[in-house]
Amino acid sequence: MTVSQHGEPLPGRQVALVDLLDRLLSGGVVLTGDIVLSIADIDLVRISLRALIVSVSSEIGPAREQEGGRDEP
Amino acid sequence: MNTPGSLTYVYAVTHRTGPLGEALAGLHGIGQTPLRLLPLTAETEPAPSTSLASLAFVASDVPEQDFNETALKNHFEDLDWLEHVARTHHDVVQAVAARAPVLPLRMATVYQDDHRARQALAAQQDVFSQRLDQLRAHTEYGVKIYLTPEATQPPAAAPAPAASPGKAYLQARRAQRHSRDAVYQQAEQAAETLETIASRHATQRVRHAPQRGELTGPEENVVNDAYLIPDDQARPFQAAIADAAQHYPDLRIEVTGPWAPYSFAMPAAGPTDAPEPPP
Repeated sequence: MTVSQHGEPLPGRQVALVDLLDRLLSGGVVLTGDIVLSIADIDLVRISLRALIVSVSSEIGPAREQEGGRDEP
Repeated sequence: MNTPGSLTYVYAVTHRTGPLGEALAGLHGIGQTPLRLLPLTAETEPAPSTSLASLAFVASDVPEQDFNETALKNHFEDLDWLEHVARTHHDVVQAVAARAPVLPLRMATVYQDDHRARQALAAQQDVFSQRLDQLRAHTEYGVKIYLTPEATQPPAAAPAPAASPGKAYLQARRAQRHSRDAVYQQAEQAAETLETIASRHATQRVRHAPQRGELTGPEENVVNDAYLIPDDQARPFQAAIADAAQHYPDLRIEVTGPWAPYSFAMPAAGPTDAPEPPP
């Protein structure tokens, strides 16, 4: 078995950049700011990031993807 | 409020509280600029008592030259820049989350000035307020499943006695394929089991795409889920996942977090999930 748990966040302990970018680039509230990267730009960024580092694609159809695990009490 | 040549970068939505204001005063945002609360109502007034009126952005100034559209586009291709902004954004969100309810915003949400940011806050205040209430006392955790490199390696080729080289090769290939299949099958089972276990504790799940690429290390990531866990379920959830993980020797199962609710910042059903009118 191999389980790693990060536990409580400690000062100086860095979260993995990949996990962070998953959340910062495909999570969070999306507001239309005054400076807007067009959808095409974001997609390009996503594609180049994907090649380089990470999987920022969970935004595609988030509602559909979330449905499966939704279990509101 | 903005200094000339700067834009307003917003990190999160929160409720304005006294302790939060004090804590933010000692912290800095992107480019070492001071953080501030950007409330709906004028900052000189005492913190309002109703939760709707206490909504605020956590914001800081950023240089226009770094965050205009062209610059932003270029910067997003620069991993060092991206990491600096991502980590600072995250540090701010974590600092807020430790003291107040928080709704993280997508990285690089920028307004011309505080006035424009306030307008955006006002336009969404009901949605924000409702979501903050829903997320109260909930925390996000990640559950990731990796295939360990050893598990996906072909087993040491046992010399097949009396087999021709061609036959031995084919046998080795078959053994390799079987071992890979077995590991993937184990991963599939693990994914199902962990999902069942997590759903007993979680109120919501978001499935992120498995991580690929240079930063992810030699292990193959096959599951990359985020769960929204009520705080009183956090320990039982972690214990149950750790317990289940023992049954999968060829996998590495990682729990990340606690995270601010990045993956759950907006309700799952999106715009159709219209908030009920206040009573």
